[in-house]
Amino acid sequence: MNDNILEMTHIIKEFSGFRALDDVNFTVERGEIHALCGENGAGKSTLMNVLSGIYPYGTYGGDIIYNKNVCKFNDIKESEKKGIVIIHQELALIPQLSIAENIFLGNENVRLKNVIDWDITQKKAAEVLARIGLDHENVNALVGDLGVGKQQMIEIAKALEKNVELLILDEPTSALNEEESNMLLELLLDLKKQGITSIMISHKLNEVSRVSDNITAIRDGRTIETIHRGHEPIDENRIIKDMVGRELTNLYPARKVEKGDIVFEVKNWNVYDEENPDRKKLNDINFNVRKGEVVGFAGLMGAGRTELAMSIFGRTYGSKISGQIIKDGEEIIIKDVQGAINKKVAYVPEDRKTYGLVLINDIKWNMTLASLHNKFSNKGEVIAKNDEIIAAKEYCDKINIKTESVDKVVGQLSGGNQQKVVLAKWMLSDPDVLILDEPTRGIDVGAKFEIYSIINSLAQQGKAVVMISSEMPELLGMCDRLYVLNEGEIAGEVPKQEMDQEHIMKIIMNHIAGKGTRKK
Amino acid sequence: MNGVSAEKNIGQVTADKQMKEHVQQLKQYGMIIALIVIYGIFAFLSDFKNTAPMNVNNLIMQNSYVIILSIGMLLCCLTGNVDLSVGSVVAFTGALAAIMILDYHIAIPIAVIVTLLIGVLIGIWQGFFISFLGISPFIVSLANMLVFRGLTLVVLNGQTKGPMPATFTKIGAGYLPQVFVHAGGVRLELLALLAGVAISIAVIMMELNSRKKKAKVGFENPPIIVTVIKLFIIICIINFFTLKFSLYMGLPFVLAIMLGLILIYAFITTSTVPGRQIYAVGGNKKAAALSGIKTDRVMFWIYTNMGLLAALAGIVLTARNASATPKAGDMFEMDAIAACYIGGTAVAGGVGTVTGAVVGAFIMGVLNNGMSLLGWSVDVQRVIKGLVLLAAVAVDVYLKQKKKS
Repeated sequence: MNDNILEMTHIIKEFSGFRALDDVNFTVERGEIHALCGENGAGKSTLMNVLSGIYPYGTYGGDIIYNKNVCKFNDIKESEKKGIVIIHQELALIPQLSIAENIFLGNENVRLKNVIDWDITQKKAAEVLARIGLDHENVNALVGDLGVGKQQMIEIAKALEKNVELLILDEPTSALNEEESNMLLELLLDLKKQGITSIMISHKLNEVSRVSDNITAIRDGRTIETIHRGHEPIDENRIIKDMVGRELTNLYPARKVEKGDIVFEVKNWNVYDEENPDRKKLNDINFNVRKGEVVGFAGLMGAGRTELAMSIFGRTYGSKISGQIIKDGEEIIIKDVQGAINKKVAYVPEDRKTYGLVLINDIKWNMTLASLHNKFSNKGEVIAKNDEIIAAKEYCDKINIKTESVDKVVGQLSGGNQQKVVLAKWMLSDPDVLILDEPTRGIDVGAKFEIYSIINSLAQQGKAVVMISSEMPELLGMCDRLYVLNEGEIAGEVPKQEMDQEHIMKIIMNHIAGKGTRKK
Repeated sequence: MNGVSAEKNIGQVTADKQMKEHVQQLKQYGMIIALIVIYGIFAFLSDFKNTAPMNVNNLIMQNSYVIILSIGMLLCCLTGNVDLSVGSVVAFTGALAAIMILDYHIAIPIAVIVTLLIGVLIGIWQGFFISFLGISPFIVSLANMLVFRGLTLVVLNGQTKGPMPATFTKIGAGYLPQVFVHAGGVRLELLALLAGVAISIAVIMMELNSRKKKAKVGFENPPIIVTVIKLFIIICIINFFTLKFSLYMGLPFVLAIMLGLILIYAFITTSTVPGRQIYAVGGNKKAAALSGIKTDRVMFWIYTNMGLLAALAGIVLTARNASATPKAGDMFEMDAIAACYIGGTAVAGGVGTVTGAVVGAFIMGVLNNGMSLLGWSVDVQRVIKGLVLLAAVAVDVYLKQKKKS
């Protein structure tokens, strides 16, 4: 009865034992806009990567039936040939090339084999720009000079030139402002009239309910349900419940701490973008942490949590930073990382391999790197190497780093043990305030539990802990109090009693909606 | 529970650790063994001409400037960069020293100090562009290679300036105080011999001291036999050299400079906070910055230091040649870079030692020297040196890939 352009049935995808997709069924009707909703890590992007052939046939279970045929894509080129085009969150445009060059990147108009026909390229580029409503743009302008919104539309133009039938957009509006988002959504509706089917992955439920015909929610790698606009009204609360409604089991060790006075407080904190100093990244942030308290920061990706942490930690992010940091009742000024270390503030960064560790060096070397000046040398000159070994051994035992020796190169450790080395590195700097950014990302459940136990013992020692995480259950399980950050603003503060995922998601959605109306 | 597992761990630890240390030591001494083998081959091919006292002396004197440069270059290479300007800076500073002494009759010690200061200024000049403007060191030093080669031609009017006075040439071609004795028809220089004995004793004492210290804190010491063999080889090498010097003219003055630099820089790189920071910047710049290291400042000092050492090499070169020429120091940067990479420095940065760079420089020097003694043409020499560099890095990369898989 339905004309389905795509049916994905019983899709299973595993990553070294971890089931990212567990029997997912996903059906898209021809000519609709279908929204795919779910939390961070629910499996939305994985599903789209399976569809587009990034994970080739054979690495997943189940079938992809596209235009009534079973498809076995080996790479993204094959799916593109059939008219499936995916536009990722990070745009695949080359800023230094012109609009026309970008539109035909990898799909050039050639004569004789390899000679580019510039006349046809420019003519066709102008045509496709007209189709997406950008007819006044010069096809020879550099893509880097366009705003993000227009860049996103150039990606769509690029897809149109590949004769797209099924367009997949991964968080298309996450980097756009209200006006740009509107333009993009209008374009999607326009393309629908031209007969193009779209799948839109989005967190922004107001946008989803505005443009989409059907909505599928997935959670923990499973399809929860598909809501059909034709049959029933679209209820945002229902979608939220679908996205987050999982049971919390006892994954989190209990903690008994007397919370003390406020030791760390940030007031009226404003930060502008590093690359683009006109764009405000964080707007008037206020928060505080008590002694022995674990305070969480929840928010969607790109909400500005890491930026907030790094701007506080020695101004390692941002420009035109203003505001106050108060520690133990006195205002402190932190100009650089060494200053932060001296003031006993520590930041455990989110990507341990890129920001936390020197992978080619050994455990003791990495552990002492942040405290060489203050602890492992006389006046910052000669290193006390024996002390390093003793301290590293002590911490390996204390937080159970599984290694045969402190001379082991950290690149050879498992993710969980690497994370413990980074934690030890910052525990060695004797901080009063620890900011942990995604402390359990990419590590297994057992190691997670150990990290949680370390966090608990830090709180018990009277440290103030700030925890940033994209895993909502983790925040709910570990934190005494939560701040919800959205688009660079504190959208709400949630005490322990009121913590539940739906509530937090609602705060975010209300904030998004509120911002929209305020702008209008 | 912890106690038991910890005890169990310690048993494993020692076995694994020993194995690993053996492998590491082998790697560390691999280059030295390669150097001895190459030296042996040329000794054999040249009827032991290259072990003659005069030749050993020349080996040190001819390579002193490259060794000085490769020490500075090592620091650049540790951050994953190079300095292409050193050859030109050597020529420029050497020329300025010659002009100051010959044309302006400035006292030699003052001229030397001023030249070194100019080297520092050149380093600051390069460091400014690299650290404060964030221009790639490759580009900055490439530009300055042209600038200072040109300036050398300008200040020298394209001509050779010389001869330098004897008190100055002593820096590059002279000797430390000499006491000659005759024993059985052989003339020996006593102080060189004594220095050999003294250094040998010092090395033994240092090793014993380190063992004692480790034992005191309760750390594992390598088996005594390993230490004995290591000490034996080191002492043989030291006394081989001092004996040869003693049979010729005694200890060269540049040897003292070189040894001093090697000791100082080996200490800085292995045992000080600034040294550790250089490795951190080379190993992972972002992680270093988030650990409180001012990466720009580290880069600045590395290039400033390179300027100082290039000026020192310039002085030594002018002294040894007794003149300054516009072509002086040509391709020295390449020799210094090659020395670092042959000596095991990772091209991406973060890995490398002063000893390695010095051994690398010696390998190049022994090759040069041996091939010259055999009468091979300069063209062939270049080909062989190039192939040796390629082979050294290829072996290193191959071993690393094997280790990964």
